[in-house]
Amino acid sequence: MPRILAALAAGLLFGLGLVVSGMVNPAKVLGFLDVAGDWDPSLAFVMAAAIPVAALGFQLGGRMPAPLCAPAFAPPARRRIDARLLGGAALFGIGWGLAGFCPGPALASLGFGGWPVLGFVAAMLAGMGLHRLAEGGATPRPGRDGPGQVAPAQCGSGRRR
Amino acid sequence: MTQFTPWSAAAGGALIGAAAALLWVALGRIAGISGILGGLAGAPAGERGWRLAFLAGLVGAPLVAAAAFGAPEALVAAGPARLALAGLLVGFGTRLGTGCTSGHGVCGIARLSPRSIAATGVFMATAAATVFVARHVLGS
Repeated sequence: MPRILAALAAGLLFGLGLVVSGMVNPAKVLGFLDVAGDWDPSLAFVMAAAIPVAALGFQLGGRMPAPLCAPAFAPPARRRIDARLLGGAALFGIGWGLAGFCPGPALASLGFGGWPVLGFVAAMLAGMGLHRLAEGGATPRPGRDGPGQVAPAQCGSGRRR
Repeated sequence: MTQFTPWSAAAGGALIGAAAALLWVALGRIAGISGILGGLAGAPAGERGWRLAFLAGLVGAPLVAAAAFGAPEALVAAGPARLALAGLLVGFGTRLGTGCTSGHGVCGIARLSPRSIAATGVFMATAAATVFVARHVLGS
């Protein structure tokens, strides 16, 4: 339960941050990406503030034997810079530039954005599904998104690795 | 054209960074939206709860804010076909490249991950190129 509450709190903070920063407005995101037009540098300020605050959290985590509510930290398993990483990033960027939505702001807009947001999110889920099909599907692959199974734990009960 | 809003951008960014810090310190997980959402499919039962809770917060906070203070400004210029194509590319691309603006752009750069720095450079470049072509070459 603490695990669920902590995740909910993180989601609430994240969603609030997207609203406060104005990143739920695709016009503002496109205004940042339009470097040759009437450039709006706001998104750079969002990242410039988010990155050091997040980095503090990662630093703090690095001094802890385990997370507060889970048995172990789950850093991304992959290390190589390969064609999949760069190709996926390239495709994502094209989609981002076409509409001004990336996954976070699109989901954060679901509650008030109406049909355009619903349509975008449906297409995004379809794209994720297509990738899953292309990857050969149903077998869960532990290690791709961190360890596949982390037993639910109480806050403070994490064990040393 | 939108106005440059440095203060609210930085304040919102700090909240996003705090969310990422909390998820790491409490759960040991990267606050990457595409990974949290995409990982729902095929996740073992014990892995679904926290993902759903995070996503509920992500959708819920703006919903509550909109009810309390009015819907935030959000102008969607793209038509249905363009939104659909954009969504497909974003969904497929973020799964293939294992991350988006949050997972690579915020968390990955904060962890000084070379993969994430490379991915962020690439998606920023192709996004800017797409906007350039759409606005200044095709004029749409």
